[in-house]
Amino acid sequence: MNHLKFASYLLCLAALQMPLVASAEDAAFRLVIKDHRFQPAELNIPSGKKIRLMIENQDATPEEFESHSLNREKVIAGHGTATLYIGPLAPGRYAFIGEFNEATAQGVLIAQ
Amino acid sequence: MLGTAIIVFREVLEAAIIIGIVAAATHGIRGSRRWIGAGLLLGLAGAGVVAAFTDAIGSLASGVGQELFNAIVLGVAVLMLAWHNIWMSSHGAVMAASAKSAGADIRNGSSECSALLLIVALAILREGSETVLFLFGIASAEGSDHSMMLGGGLVGMFMGIVAGYLIYAGMLRIPLRWFFTVTGVMVMLLAAGMASQAAHFLIQADLLPSLAAPLWDTSTALPEDGIPGMLLHSLVGYDSRPAGMQLVFYVFVLASIGFGMRWVRHTHRTKRSIPMKVGK
Repeated sequence: MNHLKFASYLLCLAALQMPLVASAEDAAFRLVIKDHRFQPAELNIPSGKKIRLMIENQDATPEEFESHSLNREKVIAGHGTATLYIGPLAPGRYAFIGEFNEATAQGVLIAQ
Repeated sequence: MLGTAIIVFREVLEAAIIIGIVAAATHGIRGSRRWIGAGLLLGLAGAGVVAAFTDAIGSLASGVGQELFNAIVLGVAVLMLAWHNIWMSSHGAVMAASAKSAGADIRNGSSECSALLLIVALAILREGSETVLFLFGIASAEGSDHSMMLGGGLVGMFMGIVAGYLIYAGMLRIPLRWFFTVTGVMVMLLAAGMASQAAHFLIQADLLPSLAAPLWDTSTALPEDGIPGMLLHSLVGYDSRPAGMQLVFYVFVLASIGFGMRWVRHTHRTKRSIPMKVGK
């Protein structure tokens, strides 16, 4: 238990060093889902920065944006739009899928 | 068909494991079965409503309504599980003693059962609404083989329920001596995992800082979409690439429930050690 207490103490200390409020000017990026595909299927984003990702679903059926590498999941209703925040990311490729149509709905974020 | 089965299995598994664990933990409490049944029905109805209003919920709070909704649902479930465990820690010892001598069904926990109802209903509401949306999408899609895919959905659902039942049945085989300790620890880990998931949604909505993301990466050793990773995710909140804030929530909930249980057990013991007047 003492180890746990110590670890949580350390984490709280780390929390104090972090800015609590996100800057209002997070860069925004857009993805469109059409015919169960992401457009664009490859999206370039800056690394080391938090970004706002807007996903517009132009299909009539719902879709779930999911990425284990980004640790994100969000359901987007048919003809709906969703917003989520990603990063700051280390440079690299981060795959994502539309879970409800995994065969076609595949994409990748490239942080550079 | 297989793809459909796997997706539905994943969604159902999480709810089934939660229900399996609380059903085992409350086994023998009078009326608990009826409350679980009511929670099931309420959760299914709620899942339909949430699925129908996905777009409306999602567009609340400037586009992060879905994250807020999920975090609140998870938060309430964490509170209910915490309360359940702390309540049990004061009664568990007495129950274990009397259950040994008099068999099951001696516990009276009517106040306890409303928490049970909520935990079951919320688990189904959250996972069920995604399943409903997914199956609805299949049903309304053109040109694909609907019956094959819906059949796959049913197979996945069945497999998920079987997994939940196996956990329930397995927990009931634990010797009575260990039963309350094991169920207590399992409920604690379940609650901590849910708290970590709630933090994950609040980070996604940019309402909480992530604090080091990811804190570690075990996605190659133990991927979350493999069966062991999936099971661990549902049982103890395993995440292959967690954010630091998720661990803060996890540890905080574990510690709070642990201290709560210890404190209640302590006060219970002191109360009982005071000599009582025996009246006729």
